[in-house]
Amino acid sequence: MTDSTPTSSVGSSRVKRGLAEMLKGGVIMDVVNAEQARIAEDAGAVAVMALERVPADIRSQGGVARMSDPDLIDGIISAVSIPVMAKARIGHFVEAQILQALDVDYIDESEVLSPADYVNHIDKWNFTVPFVCGATNLGEALRRINEGAAMIRSKGEAGTGDVSEATKHIRKILGEIRALSSMAPDELYVASKELQAPYELVVEIAETGKLPVVLFTAGGVATPADAAMMMQLGADGVFVGSGVFKSGDPAARAAAIVKATTFYDDPQVIAEASRGLGEAMVGINVADLAAPHRLSERGW
Amino acid sequence: MAGNSGLNDLVGSAAGAGARSSTGSASSAGSGSSAGSGLAPVGVLALQGDYREHADVLRSFGADVITVRRPSELAQVSGLVIPGGESSVIDKLSRMFGLADPLTEAIAAGLPVYGTCAGLIMLADTVLDGIEGQQSLGGLDIAVRRNAFGSQKESFEVDIDIPALGAPAVHAVFIRAPVVEQVGERASILGALDDGRVIAVEQGNLLGTSFHPEMTDDYRFHRRFYDRVLSVGFHS
Repeated sequence: MTDSTPTSSVGSSRVKRGLAEMLKGGVIMDVVNAEQARIAEDAGAVAVMALERVPADIRSQGGVARMSDPDLIDGIISAVSIPVMAKARIGHFVEAQILQALDVDYIDESEVLSPADYVNHIDKWNFTVPFVCGATNLGEALRRINEGAAMIRSKGEAGTGDVSEATKHIRKILGEIRALSSMAPDELYVASKELQAPYELVVEIAETGKLPVVLFTAGGVATPADAAMMMQLGADGVFVGSGVFKSGDPAARAAAIVKATTFYDDPQVIAEASRGLGEAMVGINVADLAAPHRLSERGW
Repeated sequence: MAGNSGLNDLVGSAAGAGARSSTGSASSAGSGSSAGSGLAPVGVLALQGDYREHADVLRSFGADVITVRRPSELAQVSGLVIPGGESSVIDKLSRMFGLADPLTEAIAAGLPVYGTCAGLIMLADTVLDGIEGQQSLGGLDIAVRRNAFGSQKESFEVDIDIPALGAPAVHAVFIRAPVVEQVGERASILGALDDGRVIAVEQGNLLGTSFHPEMTDDYRFHRRFYDRVLSVGFHS
């Protein structure tokens, strides 16, 4: 199949960033097996994220969380035709090599798993498959982009069902972009230093007023209203982790979150979508989490 | 879907676009085509995908662009772009929110439509490899295969000669792209890869490409679509 492609370039930045462009306005759902993947696809997910345990379970069960078993990932890839993403540990470039060999469509270098390197992230330029990475602020987003990330998601606090951290992070990232846009050119040198981000990227953001890659939001989205709020705040789309499959009626909730994401600015549609969904996932207030249990503080 | 919404729509576009569309509104609502200076806005289907990029391209031509998520918005447009995205999602949402039937009717009535990637899939009469229950709007006498090149690793960019557009070649970006596997009598081929696989087609007022001109700086396909919109002067 590959051989028949004429002289052309694969794995370019445009192609890597391009897939994320096509996911905009959509919902990407965490799934742990083929059956959940099919439910997500039926409900209108634009992509699924394969992982071994959803964040809520990682949180409650503890221990080291790693890349999924390749059999599980293969099972999910063959169950659906929408793009399949999968998570690798921060800095674990061999897990990423394995995921690329398995033909996943996107790799999430994710703080939800236990970090494999507390200093370095993966050099993502070395891969043909694109990466999405989490960020809590603009500097972190730009460091990931500098390492080759082709998509950013604000981190939020995964596995809590508490949307407050997602709100904080998307507001922070977009607010810092707005601040850059209003700066004089000679102020950007210090801005680069303060953001701990490459000067060239800082200048680009100041000029364009947006990230050079798609920005989704994640971590604590549990209801149609949460998803619509993230879109109104300026996210390009949403990741829903434990929020779907830890709820009372995953298929209905998943479809409702998809509708609310498309019609994020129409309260009538969001109200209709919010009816009769049964129990939302049981939440944990982020404020009650001791600092060592906050996943969003992983990654640097 | 014609009557009331057609009127609303002319009022709406007069408010939005100022002088350009204010002249014809009172009289042309019922009278159909060739409204002269009162051209209705061009729509971009905005259920999911890279619709903002398409809207930006069309606005660079000076077009009055609206996003389309509801039948009342569809009823206003003189042409429509169906963007790249996930075709199974665009299909599902278009049926869920009552857009699919009016869209099919508008296409049959001659609405100029340009579909890229997922949009091409939506315009195909036959979709191979769809998800269970996936439907398309139809209109193009072709059969399309989704994700024809494999996973994202195989996504690529390449220069392709498109004789209808002349020189230079089009720099085409393929993202988990479909290909046209069968071309019926009514559709004509605008472009193919070196191995012969068809990736651009046209039929009457419908245009479809497997790739994404909106991700490059070469807008000749959009221009071709927009010229058609201007010459047809479609009103629902």
